[in-house]
Amino acid sequence: MATAPYIVVGGGQAGLQVCDSLRKFGYEGELLLIGEEPVLPYQRPPLSKHYLGGDLDAARLSFRPASHYEKLGIALRLGVRVTAIDRERREVVCSDGSRLAYARLALTTGTRVRPLSCPGAEHPAVRYVRTLADSDGLRAALGDARRLVVVGGGFIGLEVAAVARKQGKDVVVIEALDRLMARAVSPQISNYYATLHRGHGVDLRLATGVTAIEPAVSGVRVLTDRDEACEADVVVVGIGVVANDELAAAAGLACRNGIVVDECARTSDPLLVAAGDCTMHMNGFLGRELRLESVQNAVDQARVAAGTMCDQPEPYVQVPWFWSDQYDVKLQMAGIGMPCEESVLRGDPAAGSFSYFYFRDGRLCGADSVNRPADHMACRRLLAQGTMITPAQVGDEGVDLMQIARG
Amino acid sequence: MPKVTYRQPDGAENVVDVPAGWSLMEAAIQNDVDGIVAECGGGCACATCHVYVDDAFVERLPPISDMEGDMLECTAAERRAGSRLSCQIKMSDELEGLVVTIPDRQT
Repeated sequence: MATAPYIVVGGGQAGLQVCDSLRKFGYEGELLLIGEEPVLPYQRPPLSKHYLGGDLDAARLSFRPASHYEKLGIALRLGVRVTAIDRERREVVCSDGSRLAYARLALTTGTRVRPLSCPGAEHPAVRYVRTLADSDGLRAALGDARRLVVVGGGFIGLEVAAVARKQGKDVVVIEALDRLMARAVSPQISNYYATLHRGHGVDLRLATGVTAIEPAVSGVRVLTDRDEACEADVVVVGIGVVANDELAAAAGLACRNGIVVDECARTSDPLLVAAGDCTMHMNGFLGRELRLESVQNAVDQARVAAGTMCDQPEPYVQVPWFWSDQYDVKLQMAGIGMPCEESVLRGDPAAGSFSYFYFRDGRLCGADSVNRPADHMACRRLLAQGTMITPAQVGDEGVDLMQIARG
Repeated sequence: MPKVTYRQPDGAENVVDVPAGWSLMEAAIQNDVDGIVAECGGGCACATCHVYVDDAFVERLPPISDMEGDMLECTAAERRAGSRLSCQIKMSDELEGLVVTIPDRQT
């Protein structure tokens, strides 16, 4: 009897990485990648950056050309959704009615946008940025628009705001919390970005909630809990994402704000692994469970998952890192800096190139770097190695951090 | 369209036509050249698209920005005289025949 294939459910960055890594780990059997979107796996980060700005065409977003999948023997079923996992029969059920047997299964189902829930939120002027289709739609809508309201001052919303300001649109950003990117960066970085956006002409409204969206003569009116009304031709909502864990939950796998996996990316079923944005995972570096939405997590955890599928389990211990491009300013984050007990500045915010290094329990736990990639890379290396470094050292620009990291 | 040769550490070569305006990284990815990881997709944020540019072309390339220079200090394989991040080199007709060697590792 022929062995059933390994199946990867979810055609994003983690899904492709599981496939590539399976081949690197020496898996030679049949391999199938099932993706809901009708296109080859592509990069999402540019969707709110260069792609939205029109600097890239869709062909350049793909991770790999079609020949890559042929070369590695990765069969593709695109535009197909897996609707159920029958763990007893070891089959997945697809939206086209087919049932496919698996020997092992990887779930890389990613996330979907958290919808705005206020009255009027379903108005067609209200848009999100998650998929290529979303970004294409927004790009077209922005073409004719004069006024943009962004709901949510996180990475996506601020990146879209920066693109729209470059195009000369009037931009209002409404954020419920009292600072930008509050979930990811320190107050110092939030404040720097508030000044940056205001300096580029963004009308930034912090600590403000959206209460309703009403049709206007032209476009919509966004109403806030401060009794303000902002007229807009387009509204972009970026208020976070929700893990796509329903498929796993319905199959009886443990889920808790994501598919629960151990440090080797194993779900509660030994034949099933999961990786990427959709997982609530144990990170050996941090020593705790968390869910991460990032390229780094998709790639590194997918490699771990592939190793586990090939009976070569290695724990996931990589240092988290993230980045965001807004205007010509690059923000890079290493580790998990918040919450921290001490933050130390390196460089000069007035010169537009600086980092904040964060310390928790007397140890370096992360850094946010603005136009300062060397600090970012040094911090990643210091964290990965667990090198002891003091606040005084990182605060002294005369100290070469990379040299210390190299040992 | 200008041609670029990507040489693997073992000497194997891919010769690729690169549309003007594309980066060397993108052309490698879209032609499935091995060894260019480009985790960040061209943001000069990860240093995993490192290449060694052949001596004859080093002077003809656009200069290394401060950002790229800093990232080149952090590559997995050693930095050499011809080290560049392929995401930061945009292809043009003047670079016809460019030859780059891919290092043995990117992470």
